[in-house]
Amino acid sequence: MAPAAETAMAAGPPRPRGNRRAARSSLSDLVFHWATAACAFVVVLVVAGILLELVRHSQLSIERFGLGFLTSNAWNPVIQDFGALSSIYGTVVSTLIAMLLAVPLSLVTALFLVDLAPPRLSHFVGMGLELLAAVPSIIYGMWGLFVFAPFMAKYVQPALYEISGGIRLFEPPMIGIGVLTAGIILALMILPYICAVTRDVFRMTPPMLKESAYGMGATTWEVTRQVTIPYGLRGIVGATFLGLGRAIGETMAVTFVIGNNHKISASLFAAGNTISSTLANEFNEASEEMYRSALVELGLVLFLLTLVFQAAAHLWLRRMTPKGARR
Amino acid sequence: MRKPGIILPLGLLALIAGCGPAPVAITGAGATFPYPLYSRWAHTYEGLSAVQINYQSIGSGGGISKIKNKTVDFGASDAPLTAEELEQAGLVQFPMVVGGVVPVVHVAGVGPGKLRLTPELLAALYLGEIKSWDDERLRAENPDLKLPKQDVAVVRRADGSGTTWMFTSYLSAVSSEWKSKVGADKAVDWPNAARWGGKGNEGVAAYVENIDGSIGYVEYAYALQNNMAHVQLKNRSGKFVEPTIKTFQAAAANADWQHAPGFYLVLVDQPGEASWPITGASFILLHKESTDAQKTSVMLKFFDWCYRHGPADAESRHYVPMPSQVVDLVEASWDRHLRSGGKPIAR
Repeated sequence: MAPAAETAMAAGPPRPRGNRRAARSSLSDLVFHWATAACAFVVVLVVAGILLELVRHSQLSIERFGLGFLTSNAWNPVIQDFGALSSIYGTVVSTLIAMLLAVPLSLVTALFLVDLAPPRLSHFVGMGLELLAAVPSIIYGMWGLFVFAPFMAKYVQPALYEISGGIRLFEPPMIGIGVLTAGIILALMILPYICAVTRDVFRMTPPMLKESAYGMGATTWEVTRQVTIPYGLRGIVGATFLGLGRAIGETMAVTFVIGNNHKISASLFAAGNTISSTLANEFNEASEEMYRSALVELGLVLFLLTLVFQAAAHLWLRRMTPKGARR
Repeated sequence: MRKPGIILPLGLLALIAGCGPAPVAITGAGATFPYPLYSRWAHTYEGLSAVQINYQSIGSGGGISKIKNKTVDFGASDAPLTAEELEQAGLVQFPMVVGGVVPVVHVAGVGPGKLRLTPELLAALYLGEIKSWDDERLRAENPDLKLPKQDVAVVRRADGSGTTWMFTSYLSAVSSEWKSKVGADKAVDWPNAARWGGKGNEGVAAYVENIDGSIGYVEYAYALQNNMAHVQLKNRSGKFVEPTIKTFQAAAANADWQHAPGFYLVLVDQPGEASWPITGASFILLHKESTDAQKTSVMLKFFDWCYRHGPADAESRHYVPMPSQVVDLVEASWDRHLRSGGKPIAR
């Protein structure tokens, strides 16, 4: 969003043509300017408000556990001893699995839809994608638990165990529920988002650029790699972010299939938990103040985690774009 | 487009006029376990009295904090507050219905009511001391069953819940090891073995149905509805009993409400040959000092109606209603404790 805003600011009000018109247009521009600025400010206000509230309500837990909250694996409501490590681990690992699966898959799909597929097919697949994006997360959760988990237990997990030669990452129990299953379900959920946005980004590559490349004798692969992808990089990162945001905070679907256990295990087949699944499970019944405060601090950790991811992506993007080519 | 502008206010007026006396609305929140029954009672009662009762099943912990903050008119909890806690918060508490929690298994060749478990075995399974279904100790109690050589997968609730409170209270009562290592609460730090956490009774039921070799615990109605393989439990008198409304009733009949200050009573592991050992009451919480005597009076009339006319609905939904002598005790406690501006509340 930032580049668009910068250009708008730099362009400034249009040059006056006549005195009266100038006065009128500068007034309307002024109103427009401040109205949009006010709307944009609301976003900042909401984010700041969320941060403030999260910090305020997790005060009790911050004071008691300090930074140890982030590195402690404890979660014991009986003696009120809490730590976020297993939740952070589960959130990061399940999101990572989802991104590793969904990003390449949606890039390839989007390229196919834009550059290779016959228009009619592209249209139908595109509609399917948009429909998929509209499926509520609880449906993914139920489907994951009742249909996909038994499938994982019966076919996927034994196969992974066999192929990998029984490494610890794919150690039994092969029950079909767990961190890996949650990651795959998340991948399915974010795929349509990333794919739909990436497709639109690819479509915006100026045909002139592509035609020129083809005219110079480039193959489809070369055009894709050297024209379409570099041109749409910013958009692809944005789309990835949309997916990441949904994956990292997804609650219901994950709660159904991850197994909800506050332990870290080397095996991806084991039960784990994420920050949002813990919140969904435990907030209602957390009547003690310390318990509640620890849960709010988990929310704060999620907030900061997303911020870290976002900052990392911005840094990466800055390094990827050559200085002169920044748009 | 103009017509609705006139018709709407007119219609509203007619609606208001048609209703007679303004309906009283009561809000309550808390335990999910008695929700199907409370909502049924509220619905029937609304038809009789034009009193609207909104009950939100947000969980026992939520019910307790909401009544403490006075954002609802009554709270409901499966885990009772102690007499001191009640005193501190200025609340009164009384039991409404009794229900049971039932261990269920999914093991090849084991049908409903076939597996016999002692308290020691149940605790050993949840502590991870019994790892396989063909364990010696299990076979010793079940000589007739052909138990497979299969790993035990222990399922429990992932969310905080009154059901977990009853279940862990039971395990703490029968196993000193459980009591010292884990304890009893609405959510606990589960032993490593109890690693599969389902959300809600339906989540636990789904996990148990999907995982071969699993054991879990659910409220009785869920085991029944889903036709799950419940177990027989050995009770305090050394008899193996099945979960039925009769064995819940037997456990509830033992309860000595008379000598329980603030009706604080944990009903697990009750004596009696026919008693189901994992039984518990669901409680209602009210503020001692009412700011709206009329509203409290309406509420008490509703609870009285539930006690006197609700038992048939309760039993058909597998809850045990309160026996009439307990109802008398409860209503006497209302007269003793509930006040509005220093005056007792009329019923």
